[in-house]
Amino acid sequence: MDFNGSDTIPGPRTEDHLPHTAQAAVKIVIVGGFGVGKTTMVGSVSEIKPLTTEETMTQAGIGVDDNYGSETKTATTVAMDFGRISITEQLVLYLFGTPGQERFWFLWNGLFEGALGAVVLVDTRRLEVSFDVMGRLEERGVPFVVAVNTFPDGPRHDIEELRTALDLSPEIPIVECDARRRASSRDVLMTLMKFLHSLAVEKAPV
Amino acid sequence: MTPPQRRRRFPKTSPEPAPQPPQEGQDTPEGPKKNPERLYVITGPDGTERSELDLVTLIVAHADPPPSATPEQAALLRLCTAPLSVAELSAYLSLPFSVVTVLLTELLTAELVTARAPVIRQALADRSLLEAVMHGLQRL
Ligand SMILES: Nc1nc2c(ncn2[C@@H]2O[C@H](COP(=O)(O)OP(=O)(O)O)[C@@H](O)[C@H]2O)c(=O)[nH]1
Ligand SMILES: [Mg+2]
Repeated sequence: MDFNGSDTIPGPRTEDHLPHTAQAAVKIVIVGGFGVGKTTMVGSVSEIKPLTTEETMTQAGIGVDDNYGSETKTATTVAMDFGRISITEQLVLYLFGTPGQERFWFLWNGLFEGALGAVVLVDTRRLEVSFDVMGRLEERGVPFVVAVNTFPDGPRHDIEELRTALDLSPEIPIVECDARRRASSRDVLMTLMKFLHSLAVEKAPV
Repeated sequence: MTPPQRRRRFPKTSPEPAPQPPQEGQDTPEGPKKNPERLYVITGPDGTERSELDLVTLIVAHADPPPSATPEQAALLRLCTAPLSVAELSAYLSLPFSVVTVLLTELLTAELVTARAPVIRQALADRSLLEAVMHGLQRL
């Protein structure tokens, strides 16, 4: 980008500015394979048009033995969409949609660790695409709920059949959704929040 | 049709102690946490100091760009006259997150911007915070 013409740098539209009272932000991560509806879900609930942020990861040649003994470096750029929901005048919620098959996300320090929790979007046509990401969330102790996007041509399984296939314990919510509908996406987020709340109550009953 | 079968996994280590949220505009002395799987590192200019900025740390400018500001810094300062997250700054400037955190560290050091720390997940989740988010979602 040419910063010398920085007057022309696109910025937030006036209505996309946060109030000066905004003090803190929280985030939720939406993960799932390519084409499962992450961008659609972010867009359907976001108050701003979804934006894209990116990061460059370099891999210092691991297990790559070349003849010269030198280190190879591979750079990979990963991009993710995100949206925003103002909760109060002080508190803002951000939603990040990240491709689940990318192991890079888990090396982006703090992306998941700092998140309230995650929504795993699954597509019944390609259930196995989401297996790895669920395992990684489990290993890191990131609480998640599962949202099943109902594509018309996808095989239909009842929730208990899915729970068995996904090997999820009974307390983990599994809900159906249509990511194109704001109310449906909002309900998925609400399901996650209620689940997080139940975990908090369990840990510290009053 | 029988769906494919997954096997659940379990936490690798016991949960970490609750991380302390960084204070306004203050660097975390110990730097990034060690991650056993961290074979990939975030690219940044060598030897550059980096603040512990999260994607959702809110940044606010206090001052107009000084004449000494680089074009990138001036662009950043103009963007965050009202609070804006590091992620939004990265998106509007079309710059990678790590590059934006380097630029912001310079601006934080020069006290041209303030960082409003994100609320991070605690070992004990803050119930009132979760309730506030739920009320906000209900109004959507
Ligand atoms: N039927 C149906 N189609 C959806 C749904 N969510 C997304 N789509 C469509 O699926 C396609 C891929 O969605 P997208 O959000 O780009 O997927 P992403 O790669 O996960 O970000 C788009 O054409 C969407 O319109 C859904 O809930 N139901
Ligand atoms: Mg997408």
